[in-house]
Amino acid sequence: MTIWEHFKKGFKENIRQYTMLLALVAIWVIMSSLTDGVFISPRNISNLFLQTVTVAIVALGMTLVIVTGNIDLSVGSVAGFTGAVAAVLQVKYGWSTPGALAAACGAGLVIGAWHGFWVAYRKVPAFIVTLASMLAFRGAILGVTGGSTVSPLNASFKAIGTEYLSPHASAVLAGLAVVAFVLWSLHNRRQRVEYGFLVPPARVEGARITAQAAVIAAVFAIMVFNQGVPYSVLLLLGLALVFSFMAEDTVFGRRLYAIGGNPEAARLSGINIEKNGMFLFMIFGVLTAIAGCVMTARLNAATTSAGVNMELDAIAACVIGGTSLLGGEGTIVGALVGALIMSSLDNGMSLMNLDITYQYVVKGLILLLAVWIDMANRRK
Amino acid sequence: MASEPNTHMLEMKGIIKEFPGVKALDGVDFSAGRGEIHALVGENGAGKSTLMKVLSGVYPHGTYAGEIIVDGKPCRFASTRDSEKAGIAVIYQELALVRQMSVAENIVLGSEPSAFGVLDRGAAFKRAEAALKLVGLNVNPGVPVSSLGVGQQQLVEIAKALTREARILVLDEPTAALSDGEAEHLLGILRDLRKKGVTCIYISHRLKEIFEIADNISVLRDGRTVGTFPASTLDEGKLIAKMVGRELKDIFPARVGKAGEAALEVAGWSATDEASGMELHDINLTVRKGEIVGLAGLVGAGRTELAMSVFGAWGNRTAGTVKVAGKEPAELTPGALIRAGAALASEDRKRWGLVLVHDVKSNITLSSLDALSRGGLVDGHKEVAQAATYVKSMAIKTPTLEQKAGNLSGGNQQKIVLSKCLMTEPRALILDEPTRGIDVGAKVEIYSIIRKLADSGVGILMISSELPEIIGMCDRVLVMRDGRVSGELGAGASQEEIMHLAVPAD
Repeated sequence: MTIWEHFKKGFKENIRQYTMLLALVAIWVIMSSLTDGVFISPRNISNLFLQTVTVAIVALGMTLVIVTGNIDLSVGSVAGFTGAVAAVLQVKYGWSTPGALAAACGAGLVIGAWHGFWVAYRKVPAFIVTLASMLAFRGAILGVTGGSTVSPLNASFKAIGTEYLSPHASAVLAGLAVVAFVLWSLHNRRQRVEYGFLVPPARVEGARITAQAAVIAAVFAIMVFNQGVPYSVLLLLGLALVFSFMAEDTVFGRRLYAIGGNPEAARLSGINIEKNGMFLFMIFGVLTAIAGCVMTARLNAATTSAGVNMELDAIAACVIGGTSLLGGEGTIVGALVGALIMSSLDNGMSLMNLDITYQYVVKGLILLLAVWIDMANRRK
Repeated sequence: MASEPNTHMLEMKGIIKEFPGVKALDGVDFSAGRGEIHALVGENGAGKSTLMKVLSGVYPHGTYAGEIIVDGKPCRFASTRDSEKAGIAVIYQELALVRQMSVAENIVLGSEPSAFGVLDRGAAFKRAEAALKLVGLNVNPGVPVSSLGVGQQQLVEIAKALTREARILVLDEPTAALSDGEAEHLLGILRDLRKKGVTCIYISHRLKEIFEIADNISVLRDGRTVGTFPASTLDEGKLIAKMVGRELKDIFPARVGKAGEAALEVAGWSATDEASGMELHDINLTVRKGEIVGLAGLVGAGRTELAMSVFGAWGNRTAGTVKVAGKEPAELTPGALIRAGAALASEDRKRWGLVLVHDVKSNITLSSLDALSRGGLVDGHKEVAQAATYVKSMAIKTPTLEQKAGNLSGGNQQKIVLSKCLMTEPRALILDEPTRGIDVGAKVEIYSIIRKLADSGVGILMISSELPEIIGMCDRVLVMRDGRVSGELGAGASQEEIMHLAVPAD
């Protein structure tokens, strides 16, 4: 078989992942041509990554929540609330940045435990539990901020959302990332061969790894040539690695997938569904708080409308990224790409000065289209 | 030539149906006469269900090659609605009832009696009552389907098909979920239908039934027609040889029967389930190491409920203790039971046994992830190696460990469930209908696996509705009736003795 034939075969077998990537590329090409290349400029792409971060962080955890067959509608409100807690503690009570961060994450943990308690142990559908929180915490934001914008924040807190790693350090990091990726890919291949799994021929896999490494290098290069890698992007990449690892290689992650795939079989296989569900919601609470802090830091203020509609963007990112709303299926990388697609649409349409009316309509239709394509592929 | 259309109610000629990479049907010819019961047999994957899906329009005209002629008229069904109109009704293996709706609503679903779009509940109720009478099911048409047992639901499905005035009735494994008494009842209904001129196409793995009821038998193997034979010219041995393409000698492995100390002890067990209103009363049983104990009874006698309840997955315990290898588990949950050394392979492998969207490997190792991990991290190496060992020792037919469990045949799925149970190294193993809906070849393999396990010192409690299986495999037989153990029989018990204990005495 030629490389081209292998590519075609690989495409058919992984049609979902490839459709998603093709969609992203298509959106970028269209946006670039409609904005005379402004969209694809390093400055804008770097900006795009920054805009993606908060939704992407939430989407990492949302993927696992959806994988277990649940949903979380409260993330926008909870992110806004935890961000507001961090802001108020700094501005009104003079807390240090680490203290404010810890308090926000603590609040996230407690909120997550509250959700977990009702969903896992009291068997109230997650849709309702988190819908209640969506309303409640939107109110709580008004309570802690007193209904007005809270700013300015500590310089060190603000840095999380607005500062960059120096271009030199970024370049070194980029190099390390590419090398790590190549080594990891080779290690993976060796393992698959050892396990007796199917692997594509060496030259085909070589071409794939080279292409992917080139994409990673290009993504970093864009940021290096702009101002360096933003701290918040670093945080996202770190969290994505942790979550990806957790999903695929830990007992906890594997059980989440089994619970979502068939809760009854999982239970009879000895899995404690309640405990695992509780634990997931607690982790997700902390993750949401982290996203809330990044969002607040980027704005350098806590506002009463912070995080509105964030849950919808995060859910859309997961679903576009191939996570099945039926549970049991979904990947962290998919969620990242999905988040990037959603923010690319936002960013591109703003650059085009498209009326906000149409921006919502376009995003809605894209979501519908993505899920339809996914369902059509699944049925085959 | 002139009489041809009258003798054949249904003719299917040269049917070819391909799926990506598989030729499921490769030029199948099949015909059935008016008012006959025609059995369609073959191993899993032989193409029986695919052929029936072509007939019923699930695979519409254009997606297959070949001709379908119903009552002399060529038919091209674009959907199942078309085939229904032509008088074809199919009752699938997986029940197609809406569990939340009432029996009456289900029976009239799709052809609701109505006036100006408003449902006529009275007429629906009456029609349902009449249909239920035909199948001899004595339940109130107003109760929700979910409150009925699997066997009763099957009868509701048949009642539903009968209200559509079907001329060709296809039954795919109708008795798989029924007890012998219920199955007998169903066969009686089919005999009545034959008298009325209805053509029944009967798919079943229960060969005894086939010989009891079928006029003609068509055999499929690997997507081709082996042939059509009058039932009177075959016996079970000859039929099996035609199905598998070779002779199967001893179906049941020889008993060794060296029982050791107790592996599973259930004492004074009582439990209730609010949702179904079912109760278990004062059940005592002991399964010793190396022993296979059968648990027989009618559907609804409480066998599955007992197994699930002892495993902490059904109802609430009101009294009694369970001990695994002499020790009481820390709590009554599936997890604690598994840690104590028990395992349960449940009756409905798709619902309770497998994560169908996940691969073979993940399904096999699902119960053993703790043992395969260190510090919460799964040891991928160990996991693959262990899973591969089971795929090999169980002869699970799968292209790779990464194949989705949902893509495998019933027999292979059952072997995956067994592998999952065995990987936890149980001392006591509960098997609930371990061979339901799987073909003869795979059954024989599973029997031999079960016997080997017992010989290696595992205590096995086997629930089965197939009496020959209970009699052929078990060292002792317990019989349940109305949530109680009604008696115990030694090896070599007869079907009559078992039925005597299973059927309510009145």
